[in-house]
Amino acid sequence: MENIYSLIAFVLLSGLVLGSALLVVTLKNLVHSVLWLIVTFIGVAGVFLLLRADFVAAVQVLVYAGAVCIMIAFGVMLVQRTEMAGSNPVNWRFKIAAPLVGGLFIVIGLLTAKAQWVVSGKEVPTQTVENLAPILLQDFVIPFEVAAILLTVALTGALVLVKEVKANGDRS
Amino acid sequence: MATGLNPSYFIALSAALFAIGLYGAISRKNAIAVLIAIELMLTAVNINLVAFNKFLTPEAFIGQIFAIFVITVAAAEVGLGLAIVIAIYRNRKSVNLDDFDWMKW
Repeated sequence: MENIYSLIAFVLLSGLVLGSALLVVTLKNLVHSVLWLIVTFIGVAGVFLLLRADFVAAVQVLVYAGAVCIMIAFGVMLVQRTEMAGSNPVNWRFKIAAPLVGGLFIVIGLLTAKAQWVVSGKEVPTQTVENLAPILLQDFVIPFEVAAILLTVALTGALVLVKEVKANGDRS
Repeated sequence: MATGLNPSYFIALSAALFAIGLYGAISRKNAIAVLIAIELMLTAVNINLVAFNKFLTPEAFIGQIFAIFVITVAAAEVGLGLAIVIAIYRNRKSVNLDDFDWMKW
């Protein structure tokens, strides 16, 4: 019975994710694309909950649906001076893009259909945070610190890039 | 666990999301739209990692840790990418990717 429910949840969530993702890449208005991107990320967080990864789902909502989407929205506002309608035009490459991604999807689908899964019968433990924290802070402590340094360097670099070019823009 | 959802469903979902993101990355003119499409592709990869974590190694949590690192790197990437796009926009008054060809000679 639980299988039926999770299957229904999977179908609904994947419909939400794929539909809003299609709207993200096809809408003409870039601000609407960013808003649908939030819907996509929340749907993906639902998929993570279905996969019993509740910490990753929370991080997904916080980082992607919160921070990244707001940052992209501000980037759009800073860059686009004129009216927003038609701010997201399609270039000539969409003619080759459509068969390319169709072929990619078909290839992945065929390989998936042929694959043999050695599915583990066990369940994911329900306490994910208690199990994630020791791994993250013992076995993976060096990648953890490197990720911290990467974030610091990337955000400082972003500040420096935007600030320096502003000075150049005033001079020229 | 024997019936119901199996990894193929999630791989199909993530392949479809990746294909949509790749279509957006190839076919858009606006640099910020290309960044958004790259975010979609990274999210598709995350779905794969978490699905493999659940179905293949449910007690090792390696897939979830990889997903967290991918989210971290994606946040750094979108911050830097937006900074570069804003910097280029201030110099060139354009975000059209076909205009960014001054390294071509």
